[in-house]
Amino acid sequence: MEAYLDNSATTKCSSKAAKIMAKVLTEDFGNPSALHNKGMEGENYLKDARSKIAKTLKVNDKEIIFTSGGTESNNLALIGTAIANKRRGMHIISSPIEHPSVANPLAALEELGFEITYLPVDDKGVIDLKALSDEIRPDTILVSVMHVNNEIGTIEPIREAASIIKQKNSTTLFHVDAIQSYGKVEILPKKMNIDLVSVSGHKIHGPKGSGFLYISEKVKCKPIILGGGQELGYRSGTENVPAIAGLGVAAEEMFKNFDKYQNRLYELKDYFVDEVQKIDGVSLNGPLDVHGAPHIVSVSVEGVRAEVLLHALEEKYIYVSAGSACSSNKPAISKTLQAIGLRKNLLDSTIRVSFSVHTTKEEIDYALEQMKDIIPKLQKYTRH
Amino acid sequence: MEKAFLIKYGEIALKGKNRRTFEESLVKQIQFALKDMDAEFEVTRPTGRIFVESKDEFDVDEALEALQHVFGIVAICPAVLTEDKGFDELAKEVVAYVDHVYPDKHFTFKVDSRRARKNYPMNSMELNAAIGEKLLEAFPEMKVDVHNPEVMIHVEIRERINFYCKEIPGPGGMPVGTNGSAMLLLSGGIDSPVAGYMIAKRGVTLDATYFHAPPYTSERAKQKVVDLAKQVSKYAGPIRLHVVNFTDIQLYIYEQCPHEELTIIMRRYMMKIAEHFAYEDGDLGLITGESIGQVASQTMQSLECTNAVCTLPVYRPLIGFDKQEIIERSEKIGTYETSILPYEDCCTIFVAKHPVTKPRRSVIENSEKKLAEKIDELVDVAINTTETLMVTP
Repeated sequence: MEAYLDNSATTKCSSKAAKIMAKVLTEDFGNPSALHNKGMEGENYLKDARSKIAKTLKVNDKEIIFTSGGTESNNLALIGTAIANKRRGMHIISSPIEHPSVANPLAALEELGFEITYLPVDDKGVIDLKALSDEIRPDTILVSVMHVNNEIGTIEPIREAASIIKQKNSTTLFHVDAIQSYGKVEILPKKMNIDLVSVSGHKIHGPKGSGFLYISEKVKCKPIILGGGQELGYRSGTENVPAIAGLGVAAEEMFKNFDKYQNRLYELKDYFVDEVQKIDGVSLNGPLDVHGAPHIVSVSVEGVRAEVLLHALEEKYIYVSAGSACSSNKPAISKTLQAIGLRKNLLDSTIRVSFSVHTTKEEIDYALEQMKDIIPKLQKYTRH
Repeated sequence: MEKAFLIKYGEIALKGKNRRTFEESLVKQIQFALKDMDAEFEVTRPTGRIFVESKDEFDVDEALEALQHVFGIVAICPAVLTEDKGFDELAKEVVAYVDHVYPDKHFTFKVDSRRARKNYPMNSMELNAAIGEKLLEAFPEMKVDVHNPEVMIHVEIRERINFYCKEIPGPGGMPVGTNGSAMLLLSGGIDSPVAGYMIAKRGVTLDATYFHAPPYTSERAKQKVVDLAKQVSKYAGPIRLHVVNFTDIQLYIYEQCPHEELTIIMRRYMMKIAEHFAYEDGDLGLITGESIGQVASQTMQSLECTNAVCTLPVYRPLIGFDKQEIIERSEKIGTYETSILPYEDCCTIFVAKHPVTKPRRSVIENSEKKLAEKIDELVDVAINTTETLMVTP
């Protein structure tokens, strides 16, 4: 049996999405910028995907800008708005638990002279709203907070954050990295007063190399990739039509059954959380109730190195990640786990288990059974 | 313009009666090195020379790069090989060749001809003068300097005639296959690939043993070792790589023996298992990347302890090298980038905070008595479940 429990790293592409991609690649392959019919076919795929996605967020079609994925969306949102608005101010607020695709552009902006304030988070990873309120200044041009933390699943209070931000300074923009939440936790930018939202395609059963940034039409943002002026000038380069078409289909599938899927994920998670805590030495990080995402569980195992547990599970065809997959190739200590004050000896002993709508109870039972068997064995042999 | 290479080899020309075997091995290694090129190469060896040539078009730089991996080659000279069509034709070709190789003619030169075929109508002195004259006529900027020329133009009269003016250094050493074979203990680190390279350079064919310890070491760590073996095999030819699952042995030692002795005892078992495969493969020695004092397990005392379990000689070509010197070599042979990839290897997983640095063999042997119950069986299982791969470049 196999149990793929690393869906926050990436998901399997839906077969409906893959099918439309194959068709676009081999049959309807025209360049949307071309004037002939073949080009128009391509353009129609873009229009169709854009409108499907706009519906999921209840926004206008023209506010959806396709990108190469989450990282590019975050880069465009942060660098693009910082540059476009720097005459109004150079102050940006964010959190210490952001994904590297937010943290590193912010560090780069800091080098360019921007001032970045990082809000404190509590032991569940929730940002301090009082601090947010205190930190907003007349020259604060942007606040960037993730919707769902990619390592421990915390759902940040973005609705509350948005209303605080707009109250204190109506010109401050609010960017939300929704890469882990889109399709799983509700986000409605217009209703919630959010100006920019980043999304990645391959986290919702779409293809890798796809994603988008919602940019409210009121927002001033400069492109970071210049060229032929595609995507309303925000993102030049021939559109990745097959990936965009696949993304549109995947998004539509996710949202068609949004409530059903969300309930199912919470059921799976609750079950896993109850069972896994019965294993000696296991403790969980992040909120376990509705303040946590339905698909992410952060599991610390006393006396077992995360990488070893990962490989031991891999031998049983169970796939999880150590910390966050995006930074796990180098043995770096997770900033998120440090920020929530996790005990030092658990920093290197924490794995992430993440589900998708295709995860079955059988897979979870199998994983639990194997973990119950493997963890005590590994705990016997520790480095000292 | 050059369609051929003249291969110079030093050491092996001295080897008396063995010369033929050495030359044959070198020819074989050259053919192996060039086998993935698009062109068909013919390797011939008239007396004291090896020529590599092709009738097909080929990329000279790519062929050069391949030849620079062949041990036994002292220098590679991209050359023009031509039929004897009389002196005037020859002079014309040499002039065209010099024009092609040196667009800027402001240099001093000397012609150095040799006449292996004695019935050629001019002797070498006359040839030097005549070709030199033709060159000066064609390119008045060139100047003759017979003592310290910047460019030496070599012309050799054999059955056919060859000429060349550049010598690119080869790796030296002796052709692989001329000196038996040995078993390399290959880890994912910086040292062992360099050690393997150095022994292979003396003409020794390599086999290798790698110990992995899943789940403590990952599939990527194993792939890294295969990649390292691949890089070494560019020089050493195909390497038979044994991948031993060492986990259970390691855990058993961990359970039974003092933890500060773990590394030494582990290494003793690694040597034993590697030696088992060495005998199986017909190898005449073991090779390790050890260097005195580099880490706790490589002090003189530790080396004595690990060495004691072997009956085959253990070659440690890096024994007197500093880490920096080893790093420089590994950069030169191209294994460094792979070696520093951050995957844990099985020597570091359970390493104690203060491992013994001056182990006494009697003490270690005493500790090993605690392994008596199960260790033979575990070693047998490790040997029987070993995966063997042939690694080629």
